[in-house]
Amino acid sequence: MTSHITSPQFKENASRALVDAPLQQAMGNVRVNFIERRRAAAEKLPEFEGLRDSARDIKNHALEHLDLYLETWEQNVTKAGGHVHWARTAEEAREAVLAICRRVGAKTVTKGKSMISEEISLNTALEAAGIKPVETDLGEYIIQLRGELPSHIIAPAVHLNATQVESDFRRVHTHLDPKRDLSQPVQLLTEARGVLRDRFLAADVGITGANFLIAETGTSVIVTNEGNGDLTQILPKIHVVIASIEKIVPTLEDASQILRVLARSATGQEMSVYTTLSTGPRRPGDPDGPEEYHVVVLDNGRSSMLGTAFQDMLRCIRCGACMNHCPVYHAVGGHAYGWVYPGPMGAVLSPSLIGVDKAGHLPNASTFCGRCESVCPVRIPLPKMMRSWREREFERHLSPATVRGGLAFWSFFARRPGLYRLATRLGMGALAWFGRDKGKFASLPFASGWTKYRDFPAPQGGTFQQRYRDTRKQGARR
Amino acid sequence: MSARDDILGTIRRSLGVTGQEAPRRSIVENRLAQAPRGVIPQRGQLDPQARAALFRTMAEAALATVEEVESLDKVPAAVAEYLRRGNLPARARVGEALAGLPWGETTLEVGTGPSDGRDLIAVNRAFAGAAETGSIALVSGPDSPTTLNFLPDYAIAVLRESEIAGDYESVWDRIRERYGKGTMPRTLNWITGPSRSADIEQTMLLGAHGPRSLHILVVKD
Repeated sequence: MTSHITSPQFKENASRALVDAPLQQAMGNVRVNFIERRRAAAEKLPEFEGLRDSARDIKNHALEHLDLYLETWEQNVTKAGGHVHWARTAEEAREAVLAICRRVGAKTVTKGKSMISEEISLNTALEAAGIKPVETDLGEYIIQLRGELPSHIIAPAVHLNATQVESDFRRVHTHLDPKRDLSQPVQLLTEARGVLRDRFLAADVGITGANFLIAETGTSVIVTNEGNGDLTQILPKIHVVIASIEKIVPTLEDASQILRVLARSATGQEMSVYTTLSTGPRRPGDPDGPEEYHVVVLDNGRSSMLGTAFQDMLRCIRCGACMNHCPVYHAVGGHAYGWVYPGPMGAVLSPSLIGVDKAGHLPNASTFCGRCESVCPVRIPLPKMMRSWREREFERHLSPATVRGGLAFWSFFARRPGLYRLATRLGMGALAWFGRDKGKFASLPFASGWTKYRDFPAPQGGTFQQRYRDTRKQGARR
Repeated sequence: MSARDDILGTIRRSLGVTGQEAPRRSIVENRLAQAPRGVIPQRGQLDPQARAALFRTMAEAALATVEEVESLDKVPAAVAEYLRRGNLPARARVGEALAGLPWGETTLEVGTGPSDGRDLIAVNRAFAGAAETGSIALVSGPDSPTTLNFLPDYAIAVLRESEIAGDYESVWDRIRERYGKGTMPRTLNWITGPSRSADIEQTMLLGAHGPRSLHILVVKD
C-alpha cells in the first residue's frame, strides 16, 4: 500500500509548508530544544565520541555477517518458545500480522510506536480486515486521530501545537464533558492516559516495533519514555514484534554500546525511561506476560542495499538527530517529504525503498551543510549518499529539464575557464551595480524561488576567483 | 523458495558470500562467545560507596526519588512512611519476592500477584542498578510481576546497595550467572525515572502511561 506517497510533489509540499503558520510555529520548538539537549548530553559523557565509533563498528560488523546473525537470532527466538515470520515485502509482513490476528479472532490491537508499521501501512490493512488498531504512543495517537503520517521518526506530532491537539480531542472524545478545561498540555496528556488505559486492558493483540534484535539471546528490545510499549506487550495474550532485518546486533554488550548513544542523540536523555528486553512468551509460573510471542522480520528491499553505495544507511538506529539538525527539515517539516521517513535519513532511505523515480526530489532537498553527518551517532555519511542519489537521478534522466538545462549552461562555461572568468566578472559586476544602494535584492528574474522567501545579497568585492587569487598573493608576500 | 531462504539468499548474493565460509562463521561464533565490552564510561568505575552515591545522583536527575533503608526488614515501615508523606492510601500490591517482609508491623493493606490495572501503588524487587545513568533493572518471574512496574501510578522498587553496578555490562554478567549464557528472563526492564512524554510541543510531562513517580529504596547490606 503505497497510495499515500506524495514525495514526487516535494516542491509543492514544501511551498505549502513555508506559508503554513501553525507548522512554522511548531517547528520553532525543534530548532531550539533538540539541538541544545543533545549537545548538553554529549558534553557530559567524555566517551561519547568513542561510543559513536563503537556503535558504527558494531553495526558494520553485524551487516557484514547479517545472514549468520539472523540465523542465530532465529534459533534463539525459537528456543525461547517464540515464532519468527519472514517477510520479503510490505504485503507479506501485513499478511503475517493479519493471519495471527485472524487466528485468535482479534477485534482490537494496541500498538507501540513502530516506523516499520508506518512503512507497511499496517493500520490501513488492519482496518480493512475489521480489526481496530489503537496507537498508544501519545504522538502516534494524535496523528492517528488526524489521519496523518508521522512528521518525525521519534516525535510523530512535532508539527502540531497544543491548540490543534485540543480540538482533535474534543472532536473524538465525545463521551467526555464538552465544557472540560483542556488549555494545558498536562490536561491533554491526562485525558489521553485515561482513554488509552481502557484500550490497553481490552486489547487482544499488542504490536510493537524493535530498536534491536539480539542474536545471542533471541531478544527484541524496545525503547520508550511513556511506558506505552510495555503496556502494549504485557497485557494482551499475544505480542507481535515487527522489525526490519538490519535491527540485528550480536550481543547484549553490543546493544548496550548503541543504547549509550541512542537516547543522548535523540532526546538528550542519559537513558530513555524504559528499555525493555523481551525473549519469548510467558514462562511456567510467570504471573503475567503474553502467551504467544511472534516476530515478523521484514526485508522490503534492504537486503539489496548491502554491498552497494547505500549499505551504510542500514546502520541507522532511528534517533532523529539528522532531522533535528537539518535546516531544510526545520523549514518545511516532515510531511513535505511525502512518506514515512523525513529529513536527511529519509532523503537517503526513501529512494532505496520506494524508488528514485518517486523520491528523487528528497536527496536534492539539502544544502550539504553536513550537520546531519556531524551528529549521526553511527556516523552515516548522509551528504555523500545524497550526492550518490543525485548522480543516479541525473544518469537516469529523471532530473527536470530546467536542472539539466542549467547544468548544461553552467558546464559550457566551466569547461572554458577564460570565458567563465569573464562571464562571472560581468555578472557579478552587474549585480553589484544594480544592488549598490540597498546591498540586496527583494526580487530577481529567474530567482523567484529564492527571493520569494528571503533577500538575495548583492555581491561585494569581486568574484570568488579574484578574491582567491588576491589572498594567495598576500599569503605569498607574508 | 520460502521468504526466509529468499531473504538470506539475497543478503548472501549482495555480500558476495555463501554463508558456508569457515573463517566468517568462526568470527561470528567468537563474537557471540566472547561478547566484547567495547567502550565503558569511566564515570561508574568507582568503589561501592561512591557508586551508590552516583546512582542516587543520576536517578534523581532522571526525576526518580531515592531513599536509603537500613535493612530489608525496614522496607515495610519505609513504604508506609513514604505513602503517609505523600498523603496516599495505605494499600499496595507487592511482588512475591517481598511478601515475606514484616508488612504486619505496619498498617498497610498488602496484596500479591500481578496488577489488573486498579492498583494505585506497587512495590517490586529490582534485580540490579546501574550507577552510570541511575537506572534499575527488573526481571520477570514468578515472584516479580512485570505489570507492577507499569500499571500503578506510584512505583516503588527495592534494591540492595551491593546490587548497584557501575555499568550495564556488569549487570549482563550477573544475568548470565543466574540464567546461563544465551538465556534471558522473559522480560527485563531497564527503568530510568518515571514515565513521561514530550509529544505535545516538546513540553516534558510526567505520568504518560506508566507510573507518575518512581521511588527507589536502597537497602544497606
